[in-house]
Amino acid sequence: MARITMREAISQALWEEMERDPAVFIMGEEVGVWGGSYAVTKGFYDHFGGDRVRDTPIAEAGIVGAAIGAALVGQRPVAELMTINFAFVAMDHIVNEAAKLHYMFAGQFKLPLVIRTVGGGGRQLGATHSQTPDAIFAHFPGLKVVAPSTPEDAKGLLKSAIRSDDPILFIEHATMYQVRGDVADGENLIPIGKSRIQRPGKDVTIITYSKGVEISMKAADELAKEGVEAEIVDLRTLRPLDMEPVFESFKKTNRAVVVEEGWKSFGVGSEIASRIYEECFDYVDAPIKRVAQDEVPLPYNRTLEQVALPQAEDVVTAVKEVL
Amino acid sequence: MNKKEHLELYHQMVLIRRTEERGAELYQQGKIGGFMHLYIGQEAVSTGLIAARQPNDRVITAYRDHGVAINCGIPVNEVVAELLGKATGVSHGKGGSMHMADPQKNFWGGHAIVGAHLPIATGMALGDKYGNRNNVTICMFGDGATNIGFFHEALNMSKVWKLPVLWVCENNKYGMGTAVDRASAVSSIAMKARGYDMPNECVEGMDVMKVYEAAQKAIEAVRSGKGPFLLEIQTYRYRGHSMGDPERYRRQEEVRKWEEQDPIGIYRQYLAGNKIASGKPLDEIDEQVMDEVQKAVEFAEASPEPTMEDLYADVYAD
Repeated sequence: MARITMREAISQALWEEMERDPAVFIMGEEVGVWGGSYAVTKGFYDHFGGDRVRDTPIAEAGIVGAAIGAALVGQRPVAELMTINFAFVAMDHIVNEAAKLHYMFAGQFKLPLVIRTVGGGGRQLGATHSQTPDAIFAHFPGLKVVAPSTPEDAKGLLKSAIRSDDPILFIEHATMYQVRGDVADGENLIPIGKSRIQRPGKDVTIITYSKGVEISMKAADELAKEGVEAEIVDLRTLRPLDMEPVFESFKKTNRAVVVEEGWKSFGVGSEIASRIYEECFDYVDAPIKRVAQDEVPLPYNRTLEQVALPQAEDVVTAVKEVL
Repeated sequence: MNKKEHLELYHQMVLIRRTEERGAELYQQGKIGGFMHLYIGQEAVSTGLIAARQPNDRVITAYRDHGVAINCGIPVNEVVAELLGKATGVSHGKGGSMHMADPQKNFWGGHAIVGAHLPIATGMALGDKYGNRNNVTICMFGDGATNIGFFHEALNMSKVWKLPVLWVCENNKYGMGTAVDRASAVSSIAMKARGYDMPNECVEGMDVMKVYEAAQKAIEAVRSGKGPFLLEIQTYRYRGHSMGDPERYRRQEEVRKWEEQDPIGIYRQYLAGNKIASGKPLDEIDEQVMDEVQKAVEFAEASPEPTMEDLYADVYAD
């Protein structure tokens, strides 16, 4: 067991998979000589060389398209998009190609492709660089969307993603690279598409993922001081979505709050709440609350940005409303 | 090329022509749905090009893909069955006219978003270079695709990384209904390759042997490790962009002028002029093709529909 940062966990997963399988290679903007814009691939270029840690032009459609092509012919590319905001430039290749090719050609093509990217606000990068559009990508059958909240999950899920034959969007949170956590020694593959109880409780179910887990854990600590025991479910994967732990928890607590960093409209919270209403209607004791980002493009000003982003106190307030 | 190979090229061109003519009838009868883009008039391009490839060379194209599929060796039965949406179709009835592929035949689709398959072709060549495989990726696209960003990103990357890609622009004079000079700042597509310091050539595309010879040279140049090459092939489609095209953008005289240089007629003249074949052996191929197409239609019509299990199959590989 080692206590490492999210950055180290992701870096270890990439390093170990590249050592294990020569078909795995990394491509993206500044992944090589620079060492990764978030320093995840620092030291990789010198060790693995420029063919396996391939710097690309600033051309996201070209990057994702080329990664798809390399995957089709048997390599296992990990394409890095510097931020998820740039994924919109590559939207056609993510949505119309990666998510479709296996189905549309009746299973003849495999796409062992990982697209690593960085989402989330809170770093004063302004409206175009601070989005959390995870729900948009989770909309498309054929694509898998993973967004870990702990170093252990990040490492185990990324290793599983690299070994998967499906196209996977792996979303890291921009403000979580320094988060520390215990990571088991040795090989610890975490299956994609499994939610997990992150903190047990009996009074209310908080369903969340990625950065939402961090703020929900803080909120749960606050609530515990007042005698409220919140159970936190970390979705870990948005598609395929594993609702069983959520239903199980809700049938026990009968109350739920969904926490996400993206906008509330048409978001993850809407999806989770709907599914609970559909499957557990007889267990509902209070309307399900959604905690999410205010419906504005995220501003640069630090105070305004923090007000717009969901905070632990927003979760505490929402929980109190459903109790 | 020996006589048998010449006759096979002739066979393929006639097979594409008759399959598509029959496809148009089936479409009018409502047996084929969606969009269908016919290759009629352009047969010499794909036929000459693919005749020049080695079996390990990969072919990827846009949505006007029936002819390319046939040239890559996909049985006409499977092509027609796909048009009819049947389980026996090359994509099991889930792809349709625009999405045919068979990686076993090194045919990688059938891609329906204009230009989107160009970066994918770059990646296939990158994967082959990375895997030390001596394959060439042959990527076909229309003149319209050269105006979208994907084209430029793909060409640039392929040149920066010296990848084994042969870019083949089928210049059929119109991107949907918009003439090349109304959509592109330069009417010469080959000229666009020069912006990437990429070797290029423009060839006459109604003559299958001219295409074949140019393709052979270009493919070997690419295989030798010199990096990508762009071939512009001048051609013309006789039918509309797709089945629902009122053709307000061109005069019928223009179509008829091109029909006078029909690729099948030109090749018959070539075969006769070079004393390879004329008259009866070619007429026999024509008859044999009518029979093949009839049998393919019968096969497709008798084939089962995909099942409800097929609806939910293959969303994911894992």
